[in-house]
Amino acid sequence: MRVLVTGASGMLGGAVARLLADRGDEVTVLQRRSSSLPVREVLGDVADPDAVHRAVAGQDGIVHLAAKVNVVGPWADYERVNVGGTRHVVEAATAQGVGRLVYVSSPSVAHAGSSISGEGAGPADPERARGPYSRSKAIGERIALAADGPTRDGVDLAVVAVRPHLVWGPGDTQLVGRIVGRARAGRLPIIGSGAPLIDTTYVDNAADALVEALDRAPLARGEAYVVTDGTPRPVGEVLDAWARAGGATGPSRRVPSGLARAAGSLVDAGIGVALRLGHDVETDPPITRFLAEQLSTAHWFDQRRTRAALDWAPRVGRDEGLRRLAASYAADTPDARERGHRA
Amino acid sequence: MVRPPAGLPGLDPSWSLELEAPDADGVPRRWHVLERRPQGEPVGTMLCVHGNPTWSYLWRRVLAAAPDDWRVIAVDQLGMGYSERLGPDPTRTLAQRIEDLDRLAAALDVRGPVVAVGHDWGGMVVSGWAQRHARPLAADAVADAPADPPADDASGAGEGETADPIRVAGIVLANTAVHHDFAAGLPPALRLARHPLAWRAACVDTPAFVRGATAVSSPRPDAAVARAYAAPYGSAADRGSVGAFVADIPLEEGHPTRATLAGVAAGMSALAEFPALLLRGPKDPVFSEAHLRDLRRRLPRADVHRYETASHLVLEDAPRSAADIWAWVAQRVTPTLAPREAAAASGPPAVAAPTDGFLAGRPPVPEVAVGTAEVPWQGLLDAVAATPDELCVTEMRTGRRMSFAELETDVAAVAAGFARLGMRDGDRVALLVPPGIDLTVAVYAAWRVGAVIVVADAGLGLASTGRALRGAGPAFVVGIAQGIAACAAMRVPGARIVAGPVAPALRRTLGVTATLDELRRSETPARRIDRDDEERVAHDDGPGPLREREPDAECAVLFTSGATGPSKGVLYRTDGLRTMIGHVGGIYELEPGDRLVAAFAPFALYGPALGIGAVVPDMDVTRPGSLSAAALADAVLAAEATVVFASPAALRNVVRTASDLTDEQRTALGRVRAVMSAGAPVPVSLLRAVREVMPAAVPHTPYGMTETLPVSDITLEEIEASRDDGGPAGGVCVGVPLPGVDVRIAPLPADPDDPDGALTDEPGVTGEIVVRAAHVKDRYDQLWATQHETSPAPSVHRTGDVGHLDGRGRLWVEGRRVHVLHTAAGPVTPVGLEQAAGTLPGVASATVVGVGPRGAQQVVVVLVLEPDHARVARRLPGLARHAPRLAPPSLAARVREAAPAGLDVAAVLLAPRVPVDIRHESKVDRTAVAAWATRVLAGQRVGAP
Repeated sequence: MRVLVTGASGMLGGAVARLLADRGDEVTVLQRRSSSLPVREVLGDVADPDAVHRAVAGQDGIVHLAAKVNVVGPWADYERVNVGGTRHVVEAATAQGVGRLVYVSSPSVAHAGSSISGEGAGPADPERARGPYSRSKAIGERIALAADGPTRDGVDLAVVAVRPHLVWGPGDTQLVGRIVGRARAGRLPIIGSGAPLIDTTYVDNAADALVEALDRAPLARGEAYVVTDGTPRPVGEVLDAWARAGGATGPSRRVPSGLARAAGSLVDAGIGVALRLGHDVETDPPITRFLAEQLSTAHWFDQRRTRAALDWAPRVGRDEGLRRLAASYAADTPDARERGHRA
Repeated sequence: MVRPPAGLPGLDPSWSLELEAPDADGVPRRWHVLERRPQGEPVGTMLCVHGNPTWSYLWRRVLAAAPDDWRVIAVDQLGMGYSERLGPDPTRTLAQRIEDLDRLAAALDVRGPVVAVGHDWGGMVVSGWAQRHARPLAADAVADAPADPPADDASGAGEGETADPIRVAGIVLANTAVHHDFAAGLPPALRLARHPLAWRAACVDTPAFVRGATAVSSPRPDAAVARAYAAPYGSAADRGSVGAFVADIPLEEGHPTRATLAGVAAGMSALAEFPALLLRGPKDPVFSEAHLRDLRRRLPRADVHRYETASHLVLEDAPRSAADIWAWVAQRVTPTLAPREAAAASGPPAVAAPTDGFLAGRPPVPEVAVGTAEVPWQGLLDAVAATPDELCVTEMRTGRRMSFAELETDVAAVAAGFARLGMRDGDRVALLVPPGIDLTVAVYAAWRVGAVIVVADAGLGLASTGRALRGAGPAFVVGIAQGIAACAAMRVPGARIVAGPVAPALRRTLGVTATLDELRRSETPARRIDRDDEERVAHDDGPGPLREREPDAECAVLFTSGATGPSKGVLYRTDGLRTMIGHVGGIYELEPGDRLVAAFAPFALYGPALGIGAVVPDMDVTRPGSLSAAALADAVLAAEATVVFASPAALRNVVRTASDLTDEQRTALGRVRAVMSAGAPVPVSLLRAVREVMPAAVPHTPYGMTETLPVSDITLEEIEASRDDGGPAGGVCVGVPLPGVDVRIAPLPADPDDPDGALTDEPGVTGEIVVRAAHVKDRYDQLWATQHETSPAPSVHRTGDVGHLDGRGRLWVEGRRVHVLHTAAGPVTPVGLEQAAGTLPGVASATVVGVGPRGAQQVVVVLVLEPDHARVARRLPGLARHAPRLAPPSLAARVREAAPAGLDVAAVLLAPRVPVDIRHESKVDRTAVAAWATRVLAGQRVGAP
């Protein structure tokens, strides 16, 4: 199968591209900067329709990961990449008769800020989704799933939306990298009791699930599936385990959840003001309301429907994943750590 | 207002049907009904009639739960719901309403078998209507013989002109009555509403009465449902008929509805042989237990189900009632329908039947030791003849002693007294007497006159005991003065007989009929006892010696502990009780000459029945933990006891106070040969400690429940030998089932919504424990639906416990079925992991619960630490200090290592304590722990569980 993977410079995108290449698929990757993957590469922005059309040409399937994933920033940026980019991918796929599209989404597209304890995948809802990232991904998911079905040229496009939750693993700069960095600096807080259960997804398991979704798209089509390891842990335990894998000690400060949410609101407001004044907010603030909610409410999911539909189960257990993470940090050089911090 | 507004919770707008039909006076009226009907000819029709001030909305769950092949109609009575209002004078009598319903049914072309269903005033209307269409069942069978489609009425020349297309197939009545003693006044809840000066204000001018209907609901319905009930009654004009219904209560002599109601009451006999189901919410402030008893007398074959927590609006308060009604229809009505009608109407069996006859026929009555002859108390009769002067009952607190001969004299005198008071076969006698001589005399005297004893443990608490006894409806109550006083407060019916002393003033206040001592001395004259409104003439000829009873005569109603939901009355017949008592004698090899210390209430009664002397130690029977080692030893000394029956709480205190024993007491305890502990799980450590105190005694612990006791028995030695044989699931080994007791496992399904697997005795399969034995309960008392669920065949009981059998035929209990966790990987019983985690160093106890939706639950372990470790845990750095409810990572890791392979433990929490039941002080309230863990793990702020 000829497969295009967008956003392959990220940890998950890279893992998917490697997995497909290893099993013999002809893989093309599309992203802005070179990924150093040993596959055909198209450099470009998903927000650029021409680049997308170039990359999509001749493909049998697409795994669309490219997205703006921060938690802050102006809405226009999210809209351009996550909504516009998805629209370009769908248009190119339809126009060029691609048979399968896996849209990589997020469980946050269907949820407001309350606890999720064992729910399935609800419909994407831009009205309720919190924050520009979730909102833009919700709109993108709707665009992608709406494209499921026969195209004008008689080609049948099968679309599957997969929502991996909190993907982590070696080389992760977005989530684990930040937590380890904070823990090393002694600035990693526990919000509230640290007890809320949260599901996470080890990167290889998430990559497997995306490849299965691609393979089973004709059967699983038209639907969204939440993907997690199905082994939730209290958030305090999750952060502690990651920090320790990174060679740091566990969380050292506790912030009451109400205070954290209030502080998050102030930071949100401050960023809004800064953006309006034309400042470019590059670094993540210490806490946003979105993040405070994520860390003080439960987020775990009923995986039965996902596993039946995708015929998939996590291959790497939680303990093994942590071992691999710790090994990667142990082998890590100060230079590499620098790179991680810059990313 | 023509139709219900959109969006009423649970109401499908497509059910609404408007039609015109003549009323009782021939005036065309616009009716609103809810209707569901099948594509083709229905198997049967269910016709539901609401009361005042509700409307057809009351039946929405019955419509929703209807099988595809039944037609269901729920009417709005005229002037009510969304049917036509009756104008400025909405007066309407019961007679008119019955006729209204008949004409509406004709307009709706109701035909074939009909199950008539009514609530409140609707119960009277539908009963009156059903009587018109009740033909004897035998006649029906002939009439229906040509099973062709019914001929059209208009062309039915060949049929009799009066052929009634409707025939009653059953009746369901919920919180209603057909008879009330108006001389005794109205229930307080109706008094104001019916008061000539207040009724208009309460019922019509204000929505007070309309709102009151849901305000008395229990549990309180949510606001949207309460609004839905009130929706058709927004203005005074809408409420005219609400007031008219109240005005139709025939309080005054000469009220036209008096005669109608009397006619309906008398006419119930026409319905007596039809399947009938009576539903009851006992918290009803309007319809009382007396009303239900009256209905049961008129419909003696009726099935009854009581929803203990429900009030007047029983269908609202107990949502499961809708499914229960349909289960009842499938069980009781469908088989009476013609084959054509019955086809496809039967649901799947609750348990997949094995092929070995487990669910067929009656189990054999085993040969077990003494006491298994003709009557349960054969041993007593034998002892009276053989050893009349031996001690039968000894009370340590009072010093009273009684020989077998004296007991026999007492029982004969009291039985004769009971008979003179009018007690007769089948009467229920509630006993509120602590174990001892008086209780023994009262029980055997009651049995001698053929009465049914009703026993509710004092440990239930006043409210539960009251509800239990009120529901059981005793004709007599025998109790100590405090017990009789409590009965008055609890509104328990029945003539009062006091055991023990009672002050004259109190006696008058309590309306005491006689004392046990007066009966003993034959001082009570024959008299008439009024029961409800039924009078009876007492007879003077006392019964003879303890006579034989029919093997299937009702004998006892024993109430369950209530540790697993509201206490349930369990009805035993003579045969079941005989086998139960025989097993007790068999397990402990009791023989004439043995004496037992009865510190465990249920077993205290069995000594005399077995012809074994019993001694009641000096203790507070409502608090088993009050038995001291010295009191136990004194009892052993006084009666030269050989066997001790005591609850775990009592034995725990005995062990605790053993250091106070004198040498003589110590020696006496050293002569005890067996000690039995029951009532709650008994830890091995306790049995070992007991053996220290009574070194010659074999510690036993039986397994069973009020519904089947005992199922099995195991000694400490056997428990110790069984260690580590529990397999991966673990559990508590309770021994090999007793002779005559057949145990099977109903395997738990992988998906909790799937049915159980076929019953099996294959080793290692975990599932619900199902027992078949001659001493399984006859049935639950007035709990038809519960009986239906738990008894797939006669003498078979689904225990609600889960467990497995091992390769040597031993039964391992893994906990309660309601506590099974349903994870994505399948069901998990909590006990194996609890045992593994609970024995880790520093851990005092471990409770395993599931959080999240059934089928996707996560496993959570809640630890209580030993005091020293708890202090350390609070001082631990990092997580534990900041988050005291999360176990430190090192401890969580140890718990996960101890867990059975393949079991993922999501979280390990610490709690300062876990709630346990008051009665046994040992059963953990897992439901409460699960709710607490759910809140903690959702990030909510909570205190201790």
